[in-house]
Amino acid sequence: MSTGVVFDVQRYALHDGPGIRTTVFLKGCPLRCLWCHNPEGQLGDPELVVRPERCLAECRACLSACPEKAIRKKAGRVRVDAGACRSCGACAEVCPTGALELAGRRISAADAVAEAARDAVFFEESGGGVTFSGGEPLAQPEFLEEMLKACRDRGLATAVDTCGYVPYEILERIEPLTDLFLYDLKVMDAAKHLKLTGADNALILDNIKRLVRSGARVVVRIPVVPGVNDDEDNIVRTAAFLKSLDSPPPVRLLLYHRLGCVKSRRLLRGRVGRVFPFQTAADMERVRRRYASLGLEVDKGD
Amino acid sequence: MNERIRKLREQSLKTRTSLDPERALLMTEFYEDCRSTTLSAPMKRALAFQHFCERKTVYIGDGELIVGERGPAPKATPTFPEITVHSLQDLDILNSREKVSFKVSPETRRLYKERIIPFWKGRTIREKIMEEMTPEWKDAYDAGVFTEFMEQRAPGHTVLDDKIYGRGFLAFKAEIAAALAGLDFERDPDALSKREELRAMDVAADALIRLAERHAEKARALALKAKDPRRKKELLRIADVCARVPARAPRDFWEALQSYWFVHLGVISELNTWDSFNPGKLDQHLAPFYRDGLASGRLTEDAARELLQAFWIKFNNQPAPPKVGVTAEESATYTDFCQINLGGLTPEGNDAVSDMTYLLLDVIEEMRLLQPSSSVQISRRNPDRFVRRAIEILKTGFGQPSFFNADLIVEELLRQGKTLEDARRGGSSGCVEVGVFGRENYNLTGYFNLPKILEITLNDGVDPRTGKAIGLRTGDPASFASFDVLLDAYARQVRRFVDIKIRGNAVIERIYAEYMPTPYLSLLIDDCIARGRDYHDGGARYNTSYIQGVGLGTISDALTALRYHVFDKKTVAFKDVLRALGRNFKGAETLRQRLLHKTPKYGNDDDYADDSMKRVFELYYDAVNGRPNTKGGVYRINLLPTTVHVYFGMVSGATPDGRKAGEPLSEGVSPVQGADRQGPTAVLSSVAKMDHVRTGGTLLNQKFTPQLLSDGRGVDGLLALVRSYFKLDGHHIQFNVVSADILRDAQRHPDQYRDLIVRVAGYSDYFIDLGRTLQDEIIRRTEHVSV
Repeated sequence: MSTGVVFDVQRYALHDGPGIRTTVFLKGCPLRCLWCHNPEGQLGDPELVVRPERCLAECRACLSACPEKAIRKKAGRVRVDAGACRSCGACAEVCPTGALELAGRRISAADAVAEAARDAVFFEESGGGVTFSGGEPLAQPEFLEEMLKACRDRGLATAVDTCGYVPYEILERIEPLTDLFLYDLKVMDAAKHLKLTGADNALILDNIKRLVRSGARVVVRIPVVPGVNDDEDNIVRTAAFLKSLDSPPPVRLLLYHRLGCVKSRRLLRGRVGRVFPFQTAADMERVRRRYASLGLEVDKGD
Repeated sequence: MNERIRKLREQSLKTRTSLDPERALLMTEFYEDCRSTTLSAPMKRALAFQHFCERKTVYIGDGELIVGERGPAPKATPTFPEITVHSLQDLDILNSREKVSFKVSPETRRLYKERIIPFWKGRTIREKIMEEMTPEWKDAYDAGVFTEFMEQRAPGHTVLDDKIYGRGFLAFKAEIAAALAGLDFERDPDALSKREELRAMDVAADALIRLAERHAEKARALALKAKDPRRKKELLRIADVCARVPARAPRDFWEALQSYWFVHLGVISELNTWDSFNPGKLDQHLAPFYRDGLASGRLTEDAARELLQAFWIKFNNQPAPPKVGVTAEESATYTDFCQINLGGLTPEGNDAVSDMTYLLLDVIEEMRLLQPSSSVQISRRNPDRFVRRAIEILKTGFGQPSFFNADLIVEELLRQGKTLEDARRGGSSGCVEVGVFGRENYNLTGYFNLPKILEITLNDGVDPRTGKAIGLRTGDPASFASFDVLLDAYARQVRRFVDIKIRGNAVIERIYAEYMPTPYLSLLIDDCIARGRDYHDGGARYNTSYIQGVGLGTISDALTALRYHVFDKKTVAFKDVLRALGRNFKGAETLRQRLLHKTPKYGNDDDYADDSMKRVFELYYDAVNGRPNTKGGVYRINLLPTTVHVYFGMVSGATPDGRKAGEPLSEGVSPVQGADRQGPTAVLSSVAKMDHVRTGGTLLNQKFTPQLLSDGRGVDGLLALVRSYFKLDGHHIQFNVVSADILRDAQRHPDQYRDLIVRVAGYSDYFIDLGRTLQDEIIRRTEHVSV
């Protein structure tokens, strides 16, 4: 029985595959996209999240709970020494308001799937299922594989939301257990991709090529980030690449939002990523039309 | 909508609701004259009704197609001094209060002062009831443990079936005559009371026919004077229709609507019945007239639409009669709970959705009126198209229609012992209450404050607000050895207050049966004629009394918090919790935050938390279900609050779930406001752990932001949510689709949002008419944002 680290389980997800879905967010990601909307999912281990504004002036529960003595109060609010904190979660355990919370908990594959399966009746009614996202779910391959198997045993449809930056063998191993891949593509230009995500995109592009060839059902998801990948050059190159695949997958455009910026402020390791301009509905529509005009099946989500 | 409808709708929306003295004066006049000592109670009531029908002002407005008002003009709302006579102070409050006000003119005030109050003071049902209640009852009532529906309004809670569409009142009179002829004075000791009741029904039937004729006469007189030839023709047609119905069965669509409207006016004029009455399964009743009209070419879709819209406006013209005091708090609204049922099943158990259903849904969407309220009855047999159409209407931000599980309603009624055919003739009315239309008196008797009783339990029988000992001495809770001991003490207190409530009801039901029978309503509900018994006296085929449990989420979370922190995890001593509650958490904010955030909560599909809900449900069910009422039926439970959770919250101290004193309780079977953090599927899963089949209705409110429904996925998702919840045997769900920003803006600029309707709790209301507390609560409610 393998265990893994999960940082969220969200029910009634309508945009992570067909129907009503429960999305399980696995912790750890090989990329560091500057627009990341789940920065608390980047590191593999549980991580302390701090919301000082929730702190109660009169409460000192965390101070005595912390084994590292990493916490003090300043102006009635909690301060955590990032160097000393080992993200053990003892403070979060006693914090009454959620000012201190641990992102990520270790859980067995069976328990995680049992939790997701609670909405089975809604999945059946809507044609939905369980989506594994992250972080990067393939960063915990044994754990993911076991959860996918458990879903299969329970008759639950599955989807895996991946950035594709993993050895192909892992994709190959889970492919037979996965009903749908939500495969993220960011930027076509290799240098730009490296700069913005911290990784080269050659492996990502090669993997999707092979995955599509294997007959897997793939939907390509593109987070449309203003000034990053909504330019003519990138759209044309992305479309050309997708059309070069054995069967061009449908494309779903995702709206960039700034939730990640808010969340990254709460992490002890300091702000990660960058703030990009707001997206307008008109911008999204322009990008959608351009992809459509290049002969792709394209849809946009929230 | 066309110009005519636009004008009538505008008039209905703009006219300020007023209190009108005409009916009160007519009743005063009748009772002053009627000094007979030998008139039976039913006959006296029938003659009073006749006096009203023969003399009330007949109103036919410009451009109207469907005619008849309860008052002398739209929104001129009559009073019912036989039940309750408003004092001058009441009138001043009604005239000036911020919400749900009634304009009282100086002339009306003068008439009250000089004529109405002097005659009725000391003779009303309200005073009689208060005189008869025991000190225990009064203590519990004053403490806010329960409310009493019948202290200002008469029992009603019934809905019409299809009987007026195939038969007219003359046929009812023939039935009455047959029943009279069949009376056996030699063998039936009740023969005389039956005769009086039947004769009274006959008088009441004539009275309503006369009211219709007076409208025919008025229409003819107006036609003579009309300059516009088109209007002249219309008025003559109105005259023909009113001369025909309800005496005889309607022959076409127009006559069917007008016939119902007269019948409706009769019910809401005879007495101020709760849940004012409604046509029930209107799509099924009208479908044959619609089909035949179209087939014969005498009716077009547009003409039918216009008539329906005119009919809709009629409901909106009749605000609920004025309520004061606790009754106003528990039901603070102009709406009078006419809930038109669409879709669902036919009496044979088939899919009842038809073209008529869709046309009615169009009308609901276009009219956007507070009244009538509407619901879709969703059976597994009904097509998705029907549900989607209802969701499309929700998307417009209108709080209607609400969604009911038609298959479960059949099951609920079968469990109560109804026949299959009768069960399928059932539906929902009022907020969420089930009953067999045309055959059942399902009377709601009062709300029951479940969290307040925990407060009393935690204070060993004393209400800390007043210091009075009003409950049982169940012991110092700090000495309770286990959670089960606590729960047992709570259950005993609940049973004690249910006993007090039922003892009161036993008297109140008889007061209405003996002193305030309702021969006109009795005409309409089977088997009052066949039994020769009044609706208030067990004449209906089925007679159910309800006590409506309130604050299920709050009481469940309060008990869970004690179980979790005091007994299981032992994170805090019971006496420390009690001290914090006594001080309304002053100086104990850390504890309060732990109770709020570090405790399992109902509504998150957490079995630990939901188990408390199930245990409360069972103990409340055991205390109430199956107890006999005075009408040959039994008590049942349902779980709905209208607006009483705000009032009950005001009189309840701090609760162990972290709620502060005075804050609203949870409403219906919904989780505590903001406690549901796992999204709608978790809420529905939690709520479905209750055995809805054993209730007579539960109310679940879910608020959605518009963006959640902005695309096709949102609509598909909502459809699947509803279908899944009903598969899990949920009874009812309603959705508010509005953004919090819109609501905040509406608070700032009420004038710009006069048409903004939100569902409050089983019904919808104009947002700007809700009190500030309720407005804030609606804004605060968890907004489920999709990921």
